[in-house]
Amino acid sequence: MELRKNYFADLRKDDLHEIGQPRPRSDSPGHVTGKTAFFADRNFPGMLHLKMVRSPHHHARIRSIDTSEAEKHPGVVKILTAKDVPHNVYTILILIQIGPEDETVLADGKVRWKGEAVVAVLAETERAAQEAAAKVKVDYEVLPAVFDMEEALKPDAPLVNEYHGQNYYLYDSGECRKVRFGDVEAGFAGADHILEQSYQSSPIEHAPTETTGCVVAPEGNDRFTCYTNTQAMFFTLDNTSIILQMPGSKLHFVGGTVGGGFGGKVDVIVEPIAILGAKLTGRPVCFIYSREEEMQISSPRAAEKVVIKDGVMKDGRIVARKVTGYTDAGAYSRHSPYGAQKGAGHYPGPYTIPNVWIDTYCVYTNRTPSSAMRGFGVTIGDFALEVQMDKLARLIGMDPLEFRFINAYRDGDMKAHRQPTEGAALIECMQEASRAANWPVAEKYLAMSSYVKGA
Amino acid sequence: MAKIPVQFTLNGSEKAEFIDSGTTLLQALRDKIGDTSPKGGCHQGTCGACSVIIDGELRLSCLTLAETCNGATITTTSGLAEGGVLHPLQRAFLDTFATQCGFCTPGMIMAAKALLDHTPNPSRDEVVEALSGNICRCTGYEPIIQAVLTAARANSQNAA
Repeated sequence: MELRKNYFADLRKDDLHEIGQPRPRSDSPGHVTGKTAFFADRNFPGMLHLKMVRSPHHHARIRSIDTSEAEKHPGVVKILTAKDVPHNVYTILILIQIGPEDETVLADGKVRWKGEAVVAVLAETERAAQEAAAKVKVDYEVLPAVFDMEEALKPDAPLVNEYHGQNYYLYDSGECRKVRFGDVEAGFAGADHILEQSYQSSPIEHAPTETTGCVVAPEGNDRFTCYTNTQAMFFTLDNTSIILQMPGSKLHFVGGTVGGGFGGKVDVIVEPIAILGAKLTGRPVCFIYSREEEMQISSPRAAEKVVIKDGVMKDGRIVARKVTGYTDAGAYSRHSPYGAQKGAGHYPGPYTIPNVWIDTYCVYTNRTPSSAMRGFGVTIGDFALEVQMDKLARLIGMDPLEFRFINAYRDGDMKAHRQPTEGAALIECMQEASRAANWPVAEKYLAMSSYVKGA
Repeated sequence: MAKIPVQFTLNGSEKAEFIDSGTTLLQALRDKIGDTSPKGGCHQGTCGACSVIIDGELRLSCLTLAETCNGATITTTSGLAEGGVLHPLQRAFLDTFATQCGFCTPGMIMAAKALLDHTPNPSRDEVVEALSGNICRCTGYEPIIQAVLTAARANSQNAA
């Protein structure tokens, strides 16, 4: 590994004696010997298997649920519906005051996406649970559904989620997150060129090799150990405590070993219902997503639409940027109000632009609820922004890398959301990228600095 | 349901279990015998995490019925280290940082062992082909390929 120490040499005293040195990973010996204990490697005598009855409809009213045939199925021990869940309506981010509670653990009166959990079946074997789940009869009245964000924002669109009352998340700033900096219309008026483009993405599934799940064992004293592959241990503990109305001291979570997460295991979905099953039966319970559930039920990255309008000068300066971002939350909030908010802060990109206007909407549709995934809220935005940067460079006949040097933010620049830039290093990264990729730029860009005044 | 007796050699030890008809070898190994080194990632033969070696051949234990393994000799990743000394493949996976989350690792090591047992000095293309049935969603394929080539080199040096 090559370490280049010429960058920031005057700012750094260390000799980089750790960076660049290989250090063994502490978890690898367990991995290569097969000894690492993933949650599903826990096995307890008498363990029950939990399977979900799921909605076959995108949007429907539940007229009735009949579990009588399923209860008679050999091996069935317990069947759970909404009335069994102490605090059935929840939302993950209520822990950081992002409400309202808008999602049901088990559907109550209505389903809002295809695949929504309606009834939980606990049985002696996975097969018995699956067969019994197929015998649960749910009578649905199918409702009109909406799958497109712009359709969902129209006044006559079907209402997806009554807990919100409209098909968008209501921020304290109103129907969207807003960033206002300078005078964007004046910027456009003075620009040599205007370029407005629209970008959109589909949901993306994380597809971890290990599917989402947990194994719960009663400790015999009204306390429960939950072995889980959650990526969000304390969110899960605290939300479970709320949903089950149990003090956290009764919940013993064991985790930290995750067979691939990528953000797909930060929702609180499997643990509360599995612990409830263990509490009501007194038996260990395992609830593991099938591969099909992992692909179809677990939250994907949100679909997004980004509309970017830029005003640019012939000399390469971007003088105005207006962005409207839409994040498809699906039927429930989960982490998407936060994702859309991150987008608002991020959309100017790593560029210093004097006039910025940003609106980001978190929109509800009857699609699978979306949530976290690697840089959610900014990754799709970065794709859109950097494609836009290439198009702008082409528009004014400038090299795309030199165009970015001209607009790169540097230490001391005020960002559109009013945070001063510190430790940017973007100029130096691009200088190194120019060298490594053999993409030459003019000497004046190689003389630039992100932190030396005037350079 | 009447139980079926099944008996095989697992990592050098005799094992005998009574199982339900239809039990997969993956279920028998994990739930009955307690060898959890083969992982269940898809239960439909697509991810390779459950790979084991049966009578010298690489097999997907999630698609293999346990009752068909009577008398078989089965190797899993948990049986590779001898007396606390890691197998060259295990050593190479450590040294080349070929593990991330670790979930695919036991299956990868089985696929690699099946290759090296038949082809001690494989080409890079042969390694890629041999691992093509094993998914690493952390996408750490390059270090895994390097691990297998490293282990092959170590083997040939020891043999020389």
